[in-house]
Amino acid sequence: MEILNDIFVKPFGDMIAAPDFFLQVVWEGLVSGVLYALIALGFVLIYKSSRIFNFAQGIMVVFAALTLVGLYERGVPAFLALPLTLAVMYLLAMAIERVVLRPLVNQPDIILFMATIGITMFLIGFGEIIFGGENKVMITEQLMIPTGSFIFEPFGGFVSIEQKDLTAVVGAVVLVGALLLFLNRSKMGRAIRALGDDHQAALSVGISLSTIWVLVWFIAGVIALATGIVWGARAGVSFALEVIAYKALPVLMLGGLESVLGAIVGGLAIGILEKLFEIYWGQPLLGGNTETWFAFVFALIVLLFRPQGLFGERIIERV
Amino acid sequence: MNVQVGPDQLLARDDGVAKGEVLLDIRNVSLSFGGVKAITDISFNVLKGEIRAIIGPNGAGKTSMLNVINGFYTPQLGTIVFRGKQRRSMKPHEAVGQGIARTFQNVALFKGMSTLDNIMAGRSVMMKRNIGWQMLWHGPALAEEIEHRRAVEEIIDFLEIQHIRRTPVGKLPYGLQKRVELGRALAMEPSLLLLDEPMAGMNLEEKEDMSRFILDVNQQRGTTIALIEHDMGVVMDLSDRVVVLDYGKKIADDVPDIVKADQNVIDAYLGVPH
Repeated sequence: MEILNDIFVKPFGDMIAAPDFFLQVVWEGLVSGVLYALIALGFVLIYKSSRIFNFAQGIMVVFAALTLVGLYERGVPAFLALPLTLAVMYLLAMAIERVVLRPLVNQPDIILFMATIGITMFLIGFGEIIFGGENKVMITEQLMIPTGSFIFEPFGGFVSIEQKDLTAVVGAVVLVGALLLFLNRSKMGRAIRALGDDHQAALSVGISLSTIWVLVWFIAGVIALATGIVWGARAGVSFALEVIAYKALPVLMLGGLESVLGAIVGGLAIGILEKLFEIYWGQPLLGGNTETWFAFVFALIVLLFRPQGLFGERIIERV
Repeated sequence: MNVQVGPDQLLARDDGVAKGEVLLDIRNVSLSFGGVKAITDISFNVLKGEIRAIIGPNGAGKTSMLNVINGFYTPQLGTIVFRGKQRRSMKPHEAVGQGIARTFQNVALFKGMSTLDNIMAGRSVMMKRNIGWQMLWHGPALAEEIEHRRAVEEIIDFLEIQHIRRTPVGKLPYGLQKRVELGRALAMEPSLLLLDEPMAGMNLEEKEDMSRFILDVNQQRGTTIALIEHDMGVVMDLSDRVVVLDYGKKIADDVPDIVKADQNVIDAYLGVPH
């Protein structure tokens, strides 16, 4: 009986007893969630337009952050290093389209997937040769990201919100908003959606495969850079960052591989839920460190009931 | 130039070629895949304003021919002259820019999108407004969107598919999907419309509808059409001239009545040993 109480009653009692602490936990989870959502978004964009599951999205985050910090360390001022990094991501997109995607057009999905693993390996090696493998500190202040924190006192308690986290959330909202407008309203955005549906048909209405692919990989690169800056500011820039990309997998399972909205909601949900689970159930009952596996178990359970994910597009097929 | 245009008076793109002149000229085109010859030294032309049929038994190279015309394939030999411009190869999106639209043997539509969005996709090449305006959906981009939307609605009326305007095309029966695909091609206001087996898999009634649409497009809009079709009755009724391919070679090229009586054509269809 004791255990049932610990699982079903006590955690909620704790939440109500200390609402300020509860809010703090939710906020921390939300910030992680925003990052998961951004990474998942990178996956979704590329999958939507080319049916490629881009294994390299995680390393692109590292590579973008490394380039930014690396340029700064070599004496490039921050305000120049940022656009230069964007230019590097654009060149990367062009190189990937020319060297990897174009020769493999019309190959089975699994081959393209393997090719993205190749890109991952290449970027790890290339990044290390150029910028070195040691950990670096994100140039947070030089990018004018505020570092103080706001203190709120709701319910007579105490909630602290770091300004760089707030900046991350606001930045992500702006980025995602712009992306959604672009996808839904613009001609290019329509072309991206069309391309994912049927390559042949897309070609026949005048959509250029290579232009769209470069564009999509560049957008994924921009998202990677944003993720890299934010995550780097919290945890430093190192190749270990790549591991967070795997957190995007349960987000994708939840949100569905093709849904932008799914990636956002899935990311936020997993971020918040894993934090709540860790604090209220994991630490008292399981000895903590549940954040490493919670997302995967949660996604598995959801998949049992909704195989297409929460927001996955139902596949319409007449037979 | 502000002329009011009604639904039935929409004109084909002004392509600088007068009716009855050569719009597309295929000269000595050969195409092979590795050692397999798909097309061998074929020449024929399409005149502005006509309906030109390409027929032949299975594997004769008809679809390959269409793929060469709209840039999916690049022939190893020969040249193609379209609207007076000579070319050997062209990317598909460039062919679209020059006014070539097509449909496919196995319908190629954006299955997850509605009928309206599919046909609208055909207009996307014509949208010129700045991307910033498009994202805000305001100002010139909005005006442009409305104008294209009107053109699309006219096509929907013309093809009598108002009732499935909002339906995802993946859910539609095959005959209607073919019609939507024709609509998307029409939305591009092409100089040359390529139809790859527009009536494959249709019942008699659907075939009659489709024939009517093809004739109307040709007569009311003045659109030049090149089509591949297996139903001989339909081909002979619709087309002005017929080119017959067999094993990648041209074996006849004339008006339907003469082609029908041609011994080579009859042999090809009946399978006389070569």
